[in-house]
Amino acid sequence: MADGDDLPKMEHPLEIPRLKCGAMEGLQPFVAAPEHQDKLGFPGELLPDWKERALEKMAELAEKNRAFQVYLDACVKCGACTDKCHYFLGTGDPKNMPVARQDLLRSVYRRYFTFAGKYFPKLVGARDLTEEVLDEWYSYYHQCSECRRCSVFCPYGIDTAEITMAAREIMDSVGRGQKYSNEIIGKVKDIGNNLGLNPKALRATLEDLEEDIEDDTGISVRLPLDEKGADILLVTPSADFFAEPHIDGLIGYAKVFHEAGVSWTLSSYASEAANFGLFIGSYENMREIALRIRKAAQELGVKRIIFGECGHAWRVAYSFLNTLAGPWDFLDPNYPVPQHILEFTWGEIQKGTLKLDKSRNDHIRLTYHDSCNVARASRMGDEPGGQFEIPRNVIRAVCNHYYDMPDETIREATLCCGGGGGLLTDDLMDLRKKGASPRMTALQQTTEEHGVTHMAAICAICKTQFSKVMPAYGYEMDSVVSVHQLVSNAIILTGQEADEG
Amino acid sequence: MLSVIYALLFWVATIIMVVGVALRIRKYARTPAPLKIPTTPAPVTTGGVVMRMAREVILFESLFKSNKWIWLFGWTFHMGMWLVLIRHLRYFTTDVWWWVAVAQPFGTYAGFAMLLGLLGLWARRFLVERIRYITNPSDHLMLALLVAIAGSGLMMRFVVHTDIVAVKVFMLGLLRLRIETLPSDPILLLHLGCVAALMIVFPISKLLHAPGVFFSPTRNQVDNPREQRHLAPWAAKLEG
Repeated sequence: MADGDDLPKMEHPLEIPRLKCGAMEGLQPFVAAPEHQDKLGFPGELLPDWKERALEKMAELAEKNRAFQVYLDACVKCGACTDKCHYFLGTGDPKNMPVARQDLLRSVYRRYFTFAGKYFPKLVGARDLTEEVLDEWYSYYHQCSECRRCSVFCPYGIDTAEITMAAREIMDSVGRGQKYSNEIIGKVKDIGNNLGLNPKALRATLEDLEEDIEDDTGISVRLPLDEKGADILLVTPSADFFAEPHIDGLIGYAKVFHEAGVSWTLSSYASEAANFGLFIGSYENMREIALRIRKAAQELGVKRIIFGECGHAWRVAYSFLNTLAGPWDFLDPNYPVPQHILEFTWGEIQKGTLKLDKSRNDHIRLTYHDSCNVARASRMGDEPGGQFEIPRNVIRAVCNHYYDMPDETIREATLCCGGGGGLLTDDLMDLRKKGASPRMTALQQTTEEHGVTHMAAICAICKTQFSKVMPAYGYEMDSVVSVHQLVSNAIILTGQEADEG
Repeated sequence: MLSVIYALLFWVATIIMVVGVALRIRKYARTPAPLKIPTTPAPVTTGGVVMRMAREVILFESLFKSNKWIWLFGWTFHMGMWLVLIRHLRYFTTDVWWWVAVAQPFGTYAGFAMLLGLLGLWARRFLVERIRYITNPSDHLMLALLVAIAGSGLMMRFVVHTDIVAVKVFMLGLLRLRIETLPSDPILLLHLGCVAALMIVFPISKLLHAPGVFFSPTRNQVDNPREQRHLAPWAAKLEG
């Protein structure tokens, strides 16, 4: 575990390190136990004929997924992506350069499936699939957060996330799964959320929150659970039910819904927006998790679905939900399915239904971290780029002191928090801290320039990751805030004394 | 004898390139993209996607965002190559098309741009540590082939002329499945031999980036997943 002493000292956020070959070779997350694998339909342990099975799976994926096939063929090794990965910038390990990460698998693909690789392996860098290769895959395909930053800069749009997902799927299919992701997917299947929070505990948590809000504001704001006939189903990451600063965001959603005067509910069956099926590249598992939302929406008879603040969940929701669990013809056609909570809140702000006092956030000088999956794999609103503007619009409506981080580190070029893509686990803490360094350096610059004290995010993983790694970079752990926490601070509820709070 | 060898070589190379690339394109086209994965912000209309793709293949937009040196060398090389290719059409048509005639003076000097671009890209493979790390022998070989083609072409244009009229007769003959006499200048033979080699390796090498880019889901998909349901045939079967 890193104690913070070997964190890279960067002059600027995108400083390119010298190559440190093998620097992160030994870092691997815990392997999934047989019981974690079983629940997902994967073999419990590494199969005796794992090599043949892995190659079969590779061939299958090349037939089922155009991206995988095209991206294995198209790379020309131009080097455009080599300095774009935050894990490379933070560790200097050349195998964390996107093209080199892809090549770990491409070299095997070439060996077994291409003319050049079969007959001239040395010439084209093709190699046999061996136990060492599998080990290397396990290390480095768990040092990619699937953030897609490289795909922005590739002249062919090669997305390393697609290769990482395929590699993880191949490894799962031969019995070498990752504990963190697979155990969590099992919990969603058993209980309905990543945390394993059962309906009773969830109800108690929500009731506590209702009391907190009333103590705070004197107003009764509800957090309904499993209420049939509500108009809106809110699906939010389960971290919103217990973690800081996530929970303050949840309070924000509740206040916005309250002021907007809409009826809404959470579902105990679909009490999770996160969908780790994405991380392991498993369409089937992703679909199974997504179908829980469909079932909940049908049983509760809602008209709309809104997602809370979560990055990869919004990717799955915005980009894939219609594919995985649609069509949504039983919902109200006047609203997009699904909507993001920020789309809803921004709509209400524009309508003027919310009474906001920006000065309540005056103790904060804020910047905003674009979460990778929101930035590069989804949209908000009707216009391309709405995923950048709508969060900033809301922030500016509730906050007086807002400053962007350097241009080359935000919006589509945003840097990953370092904990996404199934890496938010303590066994990868060294990687997480180093991978956060480009973002942290950008933040430090913004602090020097504008005195920024806090950074807002709209992703449960980003929030958890930052609250864990920010202390290593000289910030308090509560320096990361939810966007709806700021909304919550600024809202003056109807009937609430204006000078309270 | 030499003429026969080169005639056969070019016929075979043409067949390999055309059939090989066609098969590859068919594979790409038939492989479904199960999910919507455009790199966003992405266009929300088909027209927008056409524009995005055009910027990508004409201006190398993403590469420009990434690295100005690679962009400069890569773009110079590719655009130089297109002009040179257009100029070469005159050797394959009895009457030179007007637009090929217009491109002639540009095409002549574009050879230098092509060569400089290639040398710049090659230099990076030695000088930049990161790019040296990801370079395979085949990457050097590909550059060597292209440099040989460009270099020998420029030699013939500016230094040691070949009997270009006879070359044109040979090429027109190939198109009509006849074998005419090819001049036996070594530089010409090197030039044509390298071109044939490039054509042969096209469908089995990284040159597949040329058709591949058009099939890249992160670039060719419309950002409309909420409006339009996207479903791959194999995924539809899961719904039963």
